[in-house]
Amino acid sequence: MTQAFRIENEGLINRDKKLSFKFNGKTYFGYEGDTLASALLANGVHLVGRSFKYHRPRGFFGAGVDEPYAVVQLYRNGETEPNIKATEQELFEGLEAKSVNCWPSVNFDIGAINNFLKIFLPAGFYYKTFMWPKSFWYRIYEPFIRKAAGLGVASTKHDNERYEHKYEYCDLLIAGSGPSGLAGAYAAAKNGAKVILAEDKPRFGGSLLTSDVNIGNQSGKDWADSIVAELKTMPNVVVKNRSQIFGYYDHNMLVMSEKVSDHLPSTKKYHPNKRLWYIRAKEVLISSGSIERPIVFGNNDTPGVMLSSAAKEYLKVYGVLVGRKPLVFTNNDSGYETAIEFKKHGVDPVVLDSRKNPESEIIDEAKNLGINIKNSYVVVAAQGYKKVKSADIASISEDKKQLGKIENIQCDCICVSGFWTPTIHLASQSGNKTKFKEEIDAFVPGQSKQNEITLGAANGVFSLEETLKTSFTAGSKLSKKITENDNEIAIPNVVEKKSSQHDKFWCVPLPKGKNYKRFLDFQNDVAVSDVEIALREGYRSIEHVKRYTTLGMATDQGKTSNLNGLQLVSEIENKVVPAVGHTTFRPPYTPISIGAIVGREVGKHSKPTRKSPMHSWHEKNNAVFVDAGVWLRPRYYKRGNENLFEGSKREAKNVRTNVGVCDVTTLGKIDIKGPDAAELLNRVYTNAWLKLPVSKARYGVMLREDGIVMDDGTTTRISENHYHMTTTTAQAANVLSHLEYYLQLVWPELNVNVVSTTEQWAGAAIAGPKSRDLLQKLFPNSDVSNEGLPFMGYMEGDLFGVKARIFRISFSGELAYEVNVESDYGNFMWEKIMEVGEEFKIQPYGTEALSTLRIEMGHVAGSELDGRTIPYDNALEGLVSKKKDFIGKRSLQRSAFTAEDRQRIVGVVPLDKQTSIPEGSHLVKDDKASLPNPKLGHISASCWSVEYDNPFSLAILKDGKNMIGQKLFAMSPLKNKVIPVEIVSSHYVDPKGERVRS
Amino acid sequence: MLYINCPHCGMRSQNEFSYGGDASVKRPELNKEVSDQEWDNFVYNRKSLRGKHLELWQHISGCRQWIKVERDTATHEIFRTFKADEEVA
Repeated sequence: MTQAFRIENEGLINRDKKLSFKFNGKTYFGYEGDTLASALLANGVHLVGRSFKYHRPRGFFGAGVDEPYAVVQLYRNGETEPNIKATEQELFEGLEAKSVNCWPSVNFDIGAINNFLKIFLPAGFYYKTFMWPKSFWYRIYEPFIRKAAGLGVASTKHDNERYEHKYEYCDLLIAGSGPSGLAGAYAAAKNGAKVILAEDKPRFGGSLLTSDVNIGNQSGKDWADSIVAELKTMPNVVVKNRSQIFGYYDHNMLVMSEKVSDHLPSTKKYHPNKRLWYIRAKEVLISSGSIERPIVFGNNDTPGVMLSSAAKEYLKVYGVLVGRKPLVFTNNDSGYETAIEFKKHGVDPVVLDSRKNPESEIIDEAKNLGINIKNSYVVVAAQGYKKVKSADIASISEDKKQLGKIENIQCDCICVSGFWTPTIHLASQSGNKTKFKEEIDAFVPGQSKQNEITLGAANGVFSLEETLKTSFTAGSKLSKKITENDNEIAIPNVVEKKSSQHDKFWCVPLPKGKNYKRFLDFQNDVAVSDVEIALREGYRSIEHVKRYTTLGMATDQGKTSNLNGLQLVSEIENKVVPAVGHTTFRPPYTPISIGAIVGREVGKHSKPTRKSPMHSWHEKNNAVFVDAGVWLRPRYYKRGNENLFEGSKREAKNVRTNVGVCDVTTLGKIDIKGPDAAELLNRVYTNAWLKLPVSKARYGVMLREDGIVMDDGTTTRISENHYHMTTTTAQAANVLSHLEYYLQLVWPELNVNVVSTTEQWAGAAIAGPKSRDLLQKLFPNSDVSNEGLPFMGYMEGDLFGVKARIFRISFSGELAYEVNVESDYGNFMWEKIMEVGEEFKIQPYGTEALSTLRIEMGHVAGSELDGRTIPYDNALEGLVSKKKDFIGKRSLQRSAFTAEDRQRIVGVVPLDKQTSIPEGSHLVKDDKASLPNPKLGHISASCWSVEYDNPFSLAILKDGKNMIGQKLFAMSPLKNKVIPVEIVSSHYVDPKGERVRS
Repeated sequence: MLYINCPHCGMRSQNEFSYGGDASVKRPELNKEVSDQEWDNFVYNRKSLRGKHLELWQHISGCRQWIKVERDTATHEIFRTFKADEEVA
């Protein structure tokens, strides 16, 4: 294929590097520096998609971020990405793209039948039609809408690209590298400020790339190049292209998405695909420019109708003619600039200007070049289906209500300019109250809320001279505040052509007897008639009109349609535009890849993984791991073909008969020191702590102020003013914050310090009837007899030269100890325990066996202390002191907490002694009762009792105290199980607790 | 994302902090007779102000100090921050 519409000696593309690419299966060629859009246009391809609702043919409308039509499915390096704007996607060798929203092909699209049914598809059609009958929704309506609607197709594969996040701080952040951004950056940089200059396009310069101006005796583009080159050499300046600042958040934080690799055939090794920057800026200069707005006329969505600024950009930046017989339709001078460029490249345009007698330097230049200009003329309708073939044009009366005789002229594209809309998104997101500027028929930023200033075209200032002056000054002033430097910058002289006033005209009336679709929103197929319907049906708020008609929604977020929509509403409602107001500008300004937002926090990186010092031993010994909060804990140690059930049963049984060892490093540990430590514990725990002797441990329960159990654990008095607290694995961080809260805010008079030591100590629980024999061999010089180290006793010992803490505490209900050593010795301790324990038939046990042991003992854990239970519910009321006050005590007097039939922990055994009861099952009296069957309680934890060799569960049951011996049903609709059960004591094994004291 | 001036550490981003609720709530003294209403007010009842609000934050990923922050709940503007033991004038 030849690039028939490429012209010589124009554009910023690299003609030495030819690239091949595929669009809809066909191979084309373009150049390095092209976008997919410019390369397709160079090949004369205008038809790129189908519209959302009517499936009308779609071409290119813009040349950048505002593009509503040319949304494609992109294929790159074996991956696919939907909803890519062809006008933004840079060309690379081997690029492949396909049209979306069309089937079977963009040339022949079955959905286009909607175009003939369009009288049936007006505003609110979906809301009105698909509401009834209800039964049709899943079977018929939803699949239909899903197929017919929607743009691209998301990949279902894992995304192999990498995305990074970066946090940055700067003095001045500048959004946009047009004349305003460059001037502001330069002035601030010269004052030594830390500057970040962000440009969303690949090339810096903004409007200077295409406008015919001179700055300081060079062309606008050369000036921009020289400024950027100098900025890049300055150590205090970060200059970023392909970087879109898309969100302005609280306290001057902005977020920027940098496309690091999208312009390359594949991402380089060690490079991310995109990088998301969180930038905290002291000052922000918004120089985001403006977007040309269309004039609304009949069939204005036909391929070949595009913004005049886009046509100029394709010509000046890419050396591409969008047509050879262009018609320019304008209400201001910008259309003439495009016409002049066409003329300079040997193409004869016709200019239709809605104004009667405009006069300006630009218009004079056009006249001098001999361009055919028709004043008080408009395009009534474009003609042609897949491409503009001609235009119906007519003269228009001064009041813009009456059309003259309709003539048809041949043309192959219609370049339309309805003046400029400042890009105020970032300012508005920052909280700036925008105001309507009559002279330009558009909103501009008003009173700043945060440290932001908007300058240049984004502020509705279209004079280059004024833009440069205000931006240099602002850059100097803002930086001076921060750096206190004041380097004067000589503002270069500017040569630009002065424009005349634009025409406040935005919509061509329908000629008599014609019913052309006049589109406001091109991506969502919202026509003038749709907004009229919405208003007729009573929608008044612009936000409601937006949602009912979908005006300004979709991936382009109405960048070209919003203001014309507002004009229409204001006209019908007979209000001024500022009274109608605009819809809220929300971030992101452009669609941002989900991957970029997530960053590297995917899969295993979504949270930190914590491992105990003994982790590698567990791995080597076939541990099957389970996530316990952020920790990885051995669930069981697999032997042969054992499954979880068999393995955990073996391990638990070995604890009950011999001895087992369990890694309990993950338990939260808090070191508490100070003369008032006992007093703190006494206020935090429900039981009494003032008389705990040194070298003794005590079990404690702590409440929240609302009386709900917060956590439990043992705390040991190491020395006079030194305590070692343990918490559950899950609540470790919360308990520390809880203690700090009371010490810092409520009882600052208490002289106590707390610090987390969870990671400083490695812990091993040694449990089973032979645990004392093992302990004696581990600590031959210590007296660990029942007298020397009684239940809840504590001592320090020497573990083969390593200092160890020995606690006689038990979670398993067996005779048990916990040994702690400094983390670095954890693995040494573990290996010694295994080595010495061999003669006692020691086996390591995991969390599953640990659960089994504690459940059949009736010891509560997280599944009972679930944030909904009080001490009584867990049979812990014996630990609640009647004498002293403590956190949450007053709440325990609430009537619900003291009710006679208050819920309480019980044991549950299936009558058949065979069927395991699923956790979460409901306990009910009558399994046949009509729904909703009254729930009496729920199963909190289940195990296979190794003591009795049958299933056993714990439950929280209403009036549990008086339910022992009752027969109920455990129902699990999820598992489709109904199990007859008997309620027993929660202390299923060793109810008197003799073993732990033996 | 808020930018909070920790009185101990300086300006830090919100993701280093955790929110701790209304700072004007005073816990009833220990061992003191408290009516149901008083206790409910302490545990549950909050004004949920729109506007200037004195609230607690803990610098959990920093100095771990609880601090008081005077913030506008509607605009997120932060006026002043205080150490835990500082009197708010």
